[in-house]
Amino acid sequence: MSKPKAHRFDTLSLHAGAVPDPATGARATPIYQTASFVFPDTDHAAALFNMERAGHVYSRISNPTVAVLEERVAALEGGVGAIGTASGQAALHLAIATLQGAGSHIVASRSLYGGSHNLLDYTLPRFGIETTFVDPRDIDAWRAAVRPNTRLFFGETLGNPGLDVLDIPRIAQLAHEHGLPLLVDSTFTTPWLIRPFEHGADLVFHSATKFLSGHGVVIGGVLVDSGRFDWDAGAARGKFPTLTEPYAGFHDMVFSEESTTAAFLLRARREGIRDFGACMAPFTAFQILQGIETLPLRMHRHVENTRRIVAFLAVHPLVASVGYPELPGHPDHALANVLLPRGCGAVFSFNLRGTRAQGRKFIESLNLFSHLANVGDAKSLVIHPASTTHFRMSAEDLARSGITEGTIRLSIGLEDPDDLTEDLGRALHAAGKA
Amino acid sequence: MRIDVDGTGCYAYTGSRAMEAGMPTIMFVHGAANDHCVWALQSRYFAHHGWNVLAVDLPGHGRSGGAAHVTVAAIADWIPRLLDAAGVARAALVGHSLGSLAVLACAARHPERVTKIALFGPAVPMLVSDELLAAAKADDHAAFEMINGWSFTAGKQLGGNAVPGMWMTGNALRLMERTRPGVLHTDLVACQSYGQGLADAAAVRCPALAILGARDMMAPVKGAQALLGALADKRTVTLARTGHAMMAEQPDAVLDALREFFRAPA
Repeated sequence: MSKPKAHRFDTLSLHAGAVPDPATGARATPIYQTASFVFPDTDHAAALFNMERAGHVYSRISNPTVAVLEERVAALEGGVGAIGTASGQAALHLAIATLQGAGSHIVASRSLYGGSHNLLDYTLPRFGIETTFVDPRDIDAWRAAVRPNTRLFFGETLGNPGLDVLDIPRIAQLAHEHGLPLLVDSTFTTPWLIRPFEHGADLVFHSATKFLSGHGVVIGGVLVDSGRFDWDAGAARGKFPTLTEPYAGFHDMVFSEESTTAAFLLRARREGIRDFGACMAPFTAFQILQGIETLPLRMHRHVENTRRIVAFLAVHPLVASVGYPELPGHPDHALANVLLPRGCGAVFSFNLRGTRAQGRKFIESLNLFSHLANVGDAKSLVIHPASTTHFRMSAEDLARSGITEGTIRLSIGLEDPDDLTEDLGRALHAAGKA
Repeated sequence: MRIDVDGTGCYAYTGSRAMEAGMPTIMFVHGAANDHCVWALQSRYFAHHGWNVLAVDLPGHGRSGGAAHVTVAAIADWIPRLLDAAGVARAALVGHSLGSLAVLACAARHPERVTKIALFGPAVPMLVSDELLAAAKADDHAAFEMINGWSFTAGKQLGGNAVPGMWMTGNALRLMERTRPGVLHTDLVACQSYGQGLADAAAVRCPALAILGARDMMAPVKGAQALLGALADKRTVTLARTGHAMMAEQPDAVLDALREFFRAPA
């Protein structure tokens, strides 16, 4: 027998999880726009409800179109499976709620998307879950923040908005020494730039609204399980009763016994999606699948365009600094070379010289760049973090996250890079005269 | 449940149910570098449909302690000792791959303990490629990749899992990666060196079911023909477009075959 070869990334982007529709032969993944699914007989129905047979019952729990997306992202990330959620925020909440409850604690990077910061800093404490935020580059700070009730480490592959590169191998090792999993938000990078599981992360989630879909027309999230974390062994023993002890809410199922590799996903689907209900709609999954088909092509172009824009801005006299890990002056330049050899994504920030008024003039003078709160669109985007995405953060927290009043965040799209540099040049010129 | 066998702590999945006196028992035996969870759907079904279930982790595998048995006969002789420890007099046995050989041998060597046997992906002899054996001996990850590549059909290499959201080849790979050093090689050598297959098949007196994958590359259908010829009371189900990982590829089809076969407990 010839030695088998697994399919490669670009092929999986197009095919993983999808088979021609058995009912119609449709080559594209059909949109199964249905709330529920007919049972052949009562025994089959009972078996589906009790996880004795595989299949779909109700589209809040699972749906064939969403399942294709879940398989595809799991394949691209190198995981065992995934769950599609209503948004990236829903994916983060599902991960946390599956692992822990009141009286527990999280250690998180302080360089987070503002929405994630809101959830951890303001909302979850109301439900008894506290978070200690640490400098993602300070491994001793991660270590010092661990408490007996800590249940999770959390960071972003590229911190928002300063693009701190998360040292996944070191932080994962530290987490595992304490019997804890590392959850990573890989929205900015997608599996085309980094596959966090290959570096030691245990769980990954995406806001699929961004680069995975690329078109900026849906809100969705995906939570992926590596299947590597041993929830009831070693230092983890006793820390994750939601996975290792009988669950009265599902016939006393012990999820870690039910599945050696997918206990987390079982609980997340059988409790979190079932009870919290933040599921993904089939049409949303279909649209994200359309985007993922071209993910390798788009990410390549995103990164190439970004390099052109970064080079343009880095030497412009009205630009005080550009924060992009591929630049030698970025504090994570060396780490980025190791973890992100294909590039550091298409979202970055730079600081304008001058006044706040000049900053406003710059944004309002852009024509191609759209001023809005999103990233990862095929179209180029711009925003002022201090007054929008991160406006709830204190001045002190803003400074610690590397954000100033003059910080501008760009998400570089797929336009002709010459058009983008010309647009930026015009706006900078206008700002200079303001 | 934890079961002490010969002083070694062993694990058997029971479908989250306690064993009940008076109910028939069905035991599931996994293949090389696997554990009980490859039977998750099928074992859970039987546990909730009138059977006591013991989906075991063989010694040296999964949650069981001890060292992996080096021969099929040793596994076959371990099965009744586990049944003793669980307080079970007789059981139906279901095995996959290496487990199918162990179940066959157990039925031949301990007929008084076995009511029926179901063999998933059996072959006699069960040949193992030199390349795979060498990789397994070196604890090279390539061994798992080879098994994965040969166990799933080409279509299923791209997914389409009946279990929503699960990437079946990734899951199978991750399960094998948990295998302790040396265990895969021990398992494969046990398969390869099992020379009593036809004699054991001829000695089996209980009803037997063979479930074959038409596109099984690990244990091709033709490798089971002599075995089937030697079994006195047998029936065969051949699943179209199915490989060696048949419980993952066709979970409903294999469950339906088992239900039909075990409909009237012997």
